[in-house]
Amino acid sequence: MPVAVLSRIGARAERTLAYLGGVAELVGMSLRALPFSTLKRGRSVQRAVHQAMVVGVRAVPIVTLITFFVGLIIALQGAYGLQRLGAMQLVAGLVAISITRELGPLVAAIVVIGRSGSAFAAEIGAMRVTEELDALKTMALDPVAFLVTPKLAAMVIMMPCLTIWSDLMGIMGGALFGVTDASFTLGSYFIATREALAIRDITTGLAKSLAFGIVITAVGCYEGFSTGEGAEEVGRSTTSAVVISILLVVLIDLTFTYLFYSARPAV
Amino acid sequence: MSASGSPVISARGVRVRYGDREVLHGINFDVLHGETVVILGGSGSGKSTLLRALVGLEKPSSGEVLVKGTDLARATARQLDAIRKKIGLSFQGGALIGSLTVGENIALPLLEHSDLAPSTIEVMVRIKLEQVGLSGFEHFSPSQLSGGMRKRAAIARALAMDPEILFFDEPSAGLDPIMAAGMDDLILNLKKAYAVSIIVVTHELASAFLIADRIILIDRGNILAAGSVKEIQQSTEPRVRQFLDRIADSTADDEVDHMRLFTEGIK
Repeated sequence: MPVAVLSRIGARAERTLAYLGGVAELVGMSLRALPFSTLKRGRSVQRAVHQAMVVGVRAVPIVTLITFFVGLIIALQGAYGLQRLGAMQLVAGLVAISITRELGPLVAAIVVIGRSGSAFAAEIGAMRVTEELDALKTMALDPVAFLVTPKLAAMVIMMPCLTIWSDLMGIMGGALFGVTDASFTLGSYFIATREALAIRDITTGLAKSLAFGIVITAVGCYEGFSTGEGAEEVGRSTTSAVVISILLVVLIDLTFTYLFYSARPAV
Repeated sequence: MSASGSPVISARGVRVRYGDREVLHGINFDVLHGETVVILGGSGSGKSTLLRALVGLEKPSSGEVLVKGTDLARATARQLDAIRKKIGLSFQGGALIGSLTVGENIALPLLEHSDLAPSTIEVMVRIKLEQVGLSGFEHFSPSQLSGGMRKRAAIARALAMDPEILFFDEPSAGLDPIMAAGMDDLILNLKKAYAVSIIVVTHELASAFLIADRIILIDRGNILAAGSVKEIQQSTEPRVRQFLDRIADSTADDEVDHMRLFTEGIK
């Protein structure tokens, strides 16, 4: 019996490694297509700009709304404890650090997974079902260069941009609490925020967001390419893209956070 | 257009496997320059798999497909691209890229593979659309077209690069008799207008007899008969007669057993 269990664990581990290998290979192929693609450079840039609009600019309203509320929630939760310690003035720093180091990049990533990671899987999966991927190949156009590279380029640029915006909006959410319920003015809240933040807090979040962008694109596109036959399979790929992306984003977040914690400057 | 010279396509002992099931059991035939060959066969006969092998979308498990003397399985990516620029494939469902307009679909290979000015490409797109009877539809999206129009637009895209070999996958499947006849006329017109070799995969007898110079009848992964339209029509081979005279299999089990060959090997 234990042998059967072990072999099942082994088989699952093998499948997981093969999956991660496939995702990594797709990133590699996509990066290789960047300088050596047979596709025309100008048109690839055009496609990347279009993708940047879709994945980045159009995500701004929803990222604004969600991170503003998350900032407000952190302030409310923080104030609950800080008030008892008589340290309400620390609420600005608490919000700033939680948002920039953790929640800004994470919330932006989750919004992008929901909006774009799923859309990548659905788009490429549907193209596979309708033979559009085969059509690209028979026209001597590499589907990875045509579809994945522009998405990856757009995400690598837009994820950090969205994260900066997300950080700012989270801090604004905290400021709303600071001004209405704590004894801050808008000016004093921002001064307190600036004093609490080190540049390292922001760069940590941005480094994470870059990795999130690559993973979300790779998983979404990989799921799209591995779609089977039929509409039902497109749904399966889309679901898997979202679930696996969230899992990987959280794991990457944990790894980065641990690494940054280990490499923290001595106090 | 009469057939002449060395073969543009040679299939030599082509076998294709899905999983551990073999779908094509060693196919041999040549297509000469300027010849129109119809690959005729019933559902699940392996004719679509053969078409995919002929354009390099399916890799034979053994045997070789030579297109203009190059073995597709051994060709480098660059060689494969060079061959694919000389072929045009019209897919069964059209396989037009859904995110592009009809005009952009036809322009795509020209934009990526030629240095023509955009204004020249625009004119070429209009000419190709006119040839397939779709003038004025360049700004429509593929989803706004009917099934028959999509097939015609796909033919226009296949013609974009002025190919030397044209492939049609089930050109009249899913069309009403009038539209199907129109599609046959279109193929006959293309045959007259271009110095191309044409390979059509279909199960429509009337259409095959009308457009073919030569017919290859595929049954259960083997070539059952090959010859001119007259030779096929006069064949006395029982299985050929069964197909031509549209006689159902004596038991449904034969067909079910055969279909299992395709489904069991997958996944």
